[in-house]
Amino acid sequence: MDPFTTLAAIGLPIDLPNVDTDQIIPARFLGRPREEQAPALFHDMRRTPDGALRPDFPLNQEGFRGAGIIVAERNFACGSSRENAVTVMVDNGFRAFIAPSFGDIFFGNCFQNGALPVVLPAERCAALRSALHAKPGARIAIDLAAQTVTGPDGAVDRFEIDPFRKDCLLRGVDAVTLTLGYEADIAAFEARQREELTWL
Amino acid sequence: MALTMFEKIWRRHVVVDRPDGYTLLYIDRHLMHDGSAAGFARLRARNLKLRRPDRSFGTPDHYVSTGGRGLAAITDGHHRGIVAAMARNHADHGFTVFDIGDERQGIAHVVGPEQGITQPGLTMVCGDSHTSTHGALGALAFGVGSSEVTHVMATQCLWQRKPKAMRITVDGALGFGVTAKDVILAIIARIGAGGAIGHVIEYAGSAIRGLSIEGRLTLCNMSIEAGGRAGMVAPDDTTFAYLNGRPFAPKGAEWGAEWDRAMAFWRGLPSDDGAIFDRDVTLDGAAIAPMVTWGTSPEDALPVTARIPDPDTAPDAAKREGMARALAYMGLTPGTKLEEVAVDRVFIGSCTNSRIEDLRAAAAVVRGRKVVVPSWAVAGSGLVKRQAEAEGLDRVFLDAGFEWREPGCSMCVGMNGDLGTAGQRIASTSNRNFVGRQGRGVRTHLLSPTMAAAAAVTGRFTDVRKLATA
Repeated sequence: MDPFTTLAAIGLPIDLPNVDTDQIIPARFLGRPREEQAPALFHDMRRTPDGALRPDFPLNQEGFRGAGIIVAERNFACGSSRENAVTVMVDNGFRAFIAPSFGDIFFGNCFQNGALPVVLPAERCAALRSALHAKPGARIAIDLAAQTVTGPDGAVDRFEIDPFRKDCLLRGVDAVTLTLGYEADIAAFEARQREELTWL
Repeated sequence: MALTMFEKIWRRHVVVDRPDGYTLLYIDRHLMHDGSAAGFARLRARNLKLRRPDRSFGTPDHYVSTGGRGLAAITDGHHRGIVAAMARNHADHGFTVFDIGDERQGIAHVVGPEQGITQPGLTMVCGDSHTSTHGALGALAFGVGSSEVTHVMATQCLWQRKPKAMRITVDGALGFGVTAKDVILAIIARIGAGGAIGHVIEYAGSAIRGLSIEGRLTLCNMSIEAGGRAGMVAPDDTTFAYLNGRPFAPKGAEWGAEWDRAMAFWRGLPSDDGAIFDRDVTLDGAAIAPMVTWGTSPEDALPVTARIPDPDTAPDAAKREGMARALAYMGLTPGTKLEEVAVDRVFIGSCTNSRIEDLRAAAAVVRGRKVVVPSWAVAGSGLVKRQAEAEGLDRVFLDAGFEWREPGCSMCVGMNGDLGTAGQRIASTSNRNFVGRQGRGVRTHLLSPTMAAAAAVTGRFTDVRKLATA
C-alpha cells in the first residue's frame, strides 16, 4: 500500500449531507473490473440521464480539474460496505476526505487503500467548502504526521486520528502482513476457544 | 462491574490489545456472498489460504437471477462469472456453501439465522453492510469492505477500535398493524441517518422483547441506516426456541451436553443491571404508527397518516434545500397526504423483509384481493420459498397477480438487473431509499410488508389498519 504522509491538492466541495456510497458509485457498476469503474465516480450526480456532464456539479467544472481532496457534509459515504466507493475515489486522484462525520464502513475502508478520512467540526467544513466555492482551484494541505489541515486562507486545523491508523498510513503498512505477525496469539486464542465454545 | 452485552462479547474475542487502543478481534463466523469473490482473488494473488474454512459460509445472493434458477438464468456474462466463482472457491478452500441450485441458497442475512450459523455471543462479519441483521440473536455482527474480507479470510481476525455503546429502549405495546419495520423507521426518523455513527446499538424494552426473532432481524438489519456499527437484542427464550434444532446450532440432548453448555453461555450474555451505555434513547412503542418514507434517506420517514412535509418549515436553509431537493427527486408536493400518493410498483423482499413471517403477513392482506400495479414477492431463501409454497402463500400472491420469484437480493439493490425505470414510484420493503438505489430516477418508498401489500392492492399508500378492518 502507498504510504500517506502529506498531500497538497485542489479541494472539491460536496455540499450535501448523507451522500451515500450508491451516489459515489452506483451499484450497476460494481460487477465491472476496477479499471472500468473509474468513470463511474459520482456517475448519476455528475451526468444527466442522457450522459451529458452537468455543469453545476463541481467535479465537472474547469476550476476543480485535478482536485485531490473532497470536503463534504455530515455522514459522508454512508450506506453500503462497497469498498469500490474508496477505490473509485483513489483511482480518480482523491486520497483525502474532510467531513464532520463519515459512514463507519467507508471510514475503515479508507485506511485499507492508503486514503485519509479527516473529521473536522461542521462549521470548519462549511467554511472550507465556502472558500473552495469562492475560489475554485484553491488548495488544501494535509500533514498527517503533524495532524493538520491548512485551508486556502492559511488557517490551520488540527485533527484527531488513531495512532494505529496513523502509523499504518505513514508507513504504508499492509494490515494482513501485520496480523500474520500475531500468529502465535491467534493460535493461542483458538486453542482457548476450542475448550470453551465446544459446539462451534 | 456491570457490563453491557456488547462489552461482554467484545472482551471474549480480544486476541491482542495494543497500547494504542487498537484490538485484534477474533471473528467466529464469516458469511460470504457472491461479491466475496474479490476477497478470494486477493487471497489467491498473495498465495494465502482461507484460515478457517470450518468458520466460513458462502451463498450467492446479489447477482443471482430471480427470474429463473441456476447459472444459465444470469444473462450478464460478468455477473455469471462472479456467481460461478463461488463453486470454484469452494473447491479450492473447502468452506460450507449453499450454492445456486441448492435449496438452502438465499440472501446471506436470511440464510445465516435460518441455518443456525448465527448464534448469541458470537462475532460475525460479512462483506455487506446489512450484516448488522445477525445481532437479532445476540451476536456482534457488522459489515466490512473487501480488504477486510480478505483479512478475515487470511487471519480470522480484524483490527478494531472499540465502538461506543448505545441503548435504544422501546417500551409499551405496539399497536395493531405496527411491525418491526415501523419501529426501526421510527427510530431512524428520531435519531437520524447518522445518529448512531461509531456506536453499537442494543435494542431493549418491552416492545423489543415482544418481537419474534424475524421481527428482531428486521430491526437489527437497519441499524446501519441509523449509522450504527451493529445492532443487537439480548438473547432470551424466544432466541433459544428459534435456534433449537437448526442445522448449525448446538445439538440437543441426544448429542450430549452441547446444547446445555451453549445455553449456560448464552444466559450470561444480556447486559447486567446498571450497565452504563454511552448514549440512551427511548421511544414509546404505543405511539408508533405504520411508517412510509417520503424522501431519499431512511431518516425521511413519517406515519402513513401524515402529509408530505413542507421545506418552508425546515429549521435552517441547508435543511430546507435538502428537503426541496429530495421532494423534487421524489416528485412530491408538500402538503399532499401520503395516502393520496399513487405507486407504480411494489417489491416485497430483501434481507430486511423476505422471511416467512413477512410473507405470511403480506399474504394475509393480499388474500382475496387483486393487485392494481406490478408487484413482486421475492422470498429470502429457497427454504423460505418452499415453506411459503407448503402453506399455499405462493397461490395467494399469484392469484392476486403478484410475481412469485426465485430468492436473492433482487430489487433492493438491483445488481442482478432487477431495477425500476426512471420516474417509477416503488413501494418497497427493502432498506434504502437512496437516489437511484432501485434504478436511475426511480423513487423508492420504504415500508413494511403489510403496508407494501396494501399499496399493491390499492395502488397508493394505504393505512393497512383500515384495510384489515374493512
